[in-house]
Amino acid sequence: MEKQTIIKKLVDERGVEDLVVVIGAVDPEVAQVTAETVTLGDPSFAGPLAGVSLRLPVYHILESEVKNDIPQDVYEEQAGFMEIVADTETISRKFKEIREKITQV
Amino acid sequence: MPDPIIKTCSYILAHAPNFVRYGSKPMREIADDPDAVLPSIESHLRTFQEAVAYAPNQVYIGNLHPDRLNDMEQPWYGHPLEGASRCGPYGESMPEDELLALMKLADDFDLVWLDKETAPILSGALRSNPLWKDSDLKKVDAGMERGRIDERIQHHGSLPLYRDGRVVGCVHRHHEQDDTLKAHVLMENLLAKTSGALALTHLLNNAKLRPDEIDFILNCSEEAVGDRYNRGGGGLAKAIGEMCGCAHATGCDIKAFCVGPLYAILHAAALVKAGLFQRVAVVGGGSMAKLGMKFKGHVSKGMPILEDVLGGLAFLVTGNDGESPIIRLDSIGRHDIGSGSSQQSIMESLVLKPLDKLGKKVTEVDKYATELQNPEVTVPAGSGNVPLTNYRMIGALGVLRKELKREEIDRFVMDHGMPGFSPTQGHIPAAVPFLGHAIDAIRKGEMENAMFIARGSLFLGRMTQLSDGLSFLLEKNPGKA
Repeated sequence: MEKQTIIKKLVDERGVEDLVVVIGAVDPEVAQVTAETVTLGDPSFAGPLAGVSLRLPVYHILESEVKNDIPQDVYEEQAGFMEIVADTETISRKFKEIREKITQV
Repeated sequence: MPDPIIKTCSYILAHAPNFVRYGSKPMREIADDPDAVLPSIESHLRTFQEAVAYAPNQVYIGNLHPDRLNDMEQPWYGHPLEGASRCGPYGESMPEDELLALMKLADDFDLVWLDKETAPILSGALRSNPLWKDSDLKKVDAGMERGRIDERIQHHGSLPLYRDGRVVGCVHRHHEQDDTLKAHVLMENLLAKTSGALALTHLLNNAKLRPDEIDFILNCSEEAVGDRYNRGGGGLAKAIGEMCGCAHATGCDIKAFCVGPLYAILHAAALVKAGLFQRVAVVGGGSMAKLGMKFKGHVSKGMPILEDVLGGLAFLVTGNDGESPIIRLDSIGRHDIGSGSSQQSIMESLVLKPLDKLGKKVTEVDKYATELQNPEVTVPAGSGNVPLTNYRMIGALGVLRKELKREEIDRFVMDHGMPGFSPTQGHIPAAVPFLGHAIDAIRKGEMENAMFIARGSLFLGRMTQLSDGLSFLLEKNPGKA
């Protein structure tokens, strides 16, 4: 809920251009719900993004598109452990689907 | 002096469908839109038989081993267990009629009124329970005129108690201006006391101990008993002990969010090891606030509301009996204030540091018990599979230490973990629901050891950004010297 508030504030202040959301949740289901909330709107209709479809591009920190843009040593230190923990294949698949859904809306 | 042991345990569930409306989340949502939300909640509640036959609940009271859930088709609520019993080796599932009667029995301040017509039905139900049949239930039998109950609800801030869709009693506030003594808070506290007393009664029964043989009680429930000058002041340990007849015990409450039960066991072990007390009972009652916490996710997916039970547990910590599993006090894993808050550093503190002290590999612990929330409750609400993530993190620690290959993590999770089965009652899922199964398996020689790991979100109280955690290893007793 607090994160929804922060993202809504950022969008209100800066607009949706040049804004990308990077999700870090390691559980694929949690990551998916979080990603859908900041792109398609709050499915629980409880937070600041209820009925607000920002259609922001969304990536997961463990996707190769993000990993390749971060210095290897920094990535290893900050995300290396979670990369071993997470089911990165499922996460990548779910996030690609969400990005495709945004372009179709 | 040898390390203390956990001699026995108890686990209880109290089916409380008519209290779901008073859970924190349902209550707020009902206030926003009563006409839509309340009927939606009521139409998704389970019967007592459905709650009993729910496989995770059978695991909790000890009728099934957690690993059996791996073989059961999901959703578990769609595959009820035939012939499931409300009783198990660790305790029982109590129906709501008995819970209401027991709640009145727990009431020392005439906070609960039951109507004259219903009270005898409820006390009759409790009399049918072997553990309470000899109790003095005059207080429950008495009952009150319905008109007086209605008047209190309409004009004095009392909250109605429901049964079969009608009001059968109420809970009063006990001070006109004190929010800590309003009806909702007192109801919450009274249910923690009631379910805690039920757990302690089963513990005494399982341990074959007289109540006066307990000399110290540590309560680790999630409630805030107190008044306007001392919110959360405490005293539930002795309230529960008094209700169970533990006349020769003293005690106090331990608070540490979800790590509460492990801190309580640690304190119990320290008191026994120091020789200050001989038999220490750790007890935790249920949390009404958590009832229906994820109901929106359940309702939106056409599921029954699975958070319809209060959980309770109790453990008996004593000096070494030469048989029961020991708490290795040299294995305590701590999350120090300066430990750092990344998932990796927390798990290193709680898992690797203790293993290093003991000279063990990650794979040399037979079973890890982490937060054991039932994923069928949390996943539909977008909160993920908490135990699975924790087990994968422990496996990842093994990979970093080159004790496991990455492709072996799934196997590690299956062998050294277990599916979550605990009701999402805050402190209750924090590793300790597996203690009973671990004690049994270690006694039978099926396991050598198990590590219990709990983490807490101290930041929720807004006083610090810190997380918390504690762990210990339970190990086969080496036997009498």
